Amino acid sequence: MERIPILRLRDCLLVTIQVDMHDQLALTLQDDLTELIVRHQARGVLIDISALEIVDSFIGRMLSNIAAMARILDAVTVVVGMRPAVAITLVELGLEMPGVRTALNVDAGMRLIERALEEERQAGHGRSKG
Amino acid sequence: MVVLKAESLTIATQEDVVRVRQTTRAWAAEIGFSLVNQTKLVTAASELARNTMLYGGGGTVLLESINDSIRAGLRMTFEDEGPGIADIETALTDGYTTGGGLGLGLSGSKRLVDEFNIWSEPGRGTRITILRWR
Repeated sequence: MERIPILRLRDCLLVTIQVDMHDQLALTLQDDLTELIVRHQARGVLIDISALEIVDSFIGRMLSNIAAMARILDAVTVVVGMRPAVAITLVELGLEMPGVRTALNVDAGMRLIERALEEERQAGHGRSKG
Repeated sequence: MVVLKAESLTIATQEDVVRVRQTTRAWAAEIGFSLVNQTKLVTAASELARNTMLYGGGGTVLLESINDSIRAGLRMTFEDEGPGIADIETALTDGYTTGGGLGLGLSGSKRLVDEFNIWSEPGRGTRITILRWR
């Protein structure tokens, strides 16, 4: 079955979406990520959508779902690399992605994840890893 | 108004929805739409093609490159012979859905184009025409 590859970097999962996904492929990615967060005890999920030419309501919902599921599994999700034309279109479409944090690029996204996890540690939340 | 070029595509599967997006992108670029307007058109086409597949049980889309002597545009007509929409006004409301989606397909795509026309009759099907000028 066709799949979007998911890379593991320390306690983060990285996904770069490089194809025009049909709906089932997007749903498979959602399931795979949820599965891998648990299997690798990941604390961060970084999704690079810089290659995506559009984000419609289906893909938007997938990103929201991933962020919500990751949150329940104690991981932070950051979506990076959204193209300006995509951002403009999303606003006009009326799509909101609650719970989805965004950053301009992978570097900024990784920093955002690290900062979020650091804040949690200081506040005494989140799981501690030995 | 002159139709310079026309092509009809079948919408039956998820892969067909992807093909509609790619064809729309190619046509919009050829007509000379800006990148932002190409993106808006492709997004609207994606929403409507998915609706045709999911709610209409499949159908067709007709792409037409048009010209009215002042400006160029792209017109797309999505047609299915599915169950139709009983209450179009409600269906055009943000957040209204019968299929577990976000309810932005119709209302959202309407905002992304210049002209939006919908015809539907319960038991006979749905036809939606969108047009965006360059």
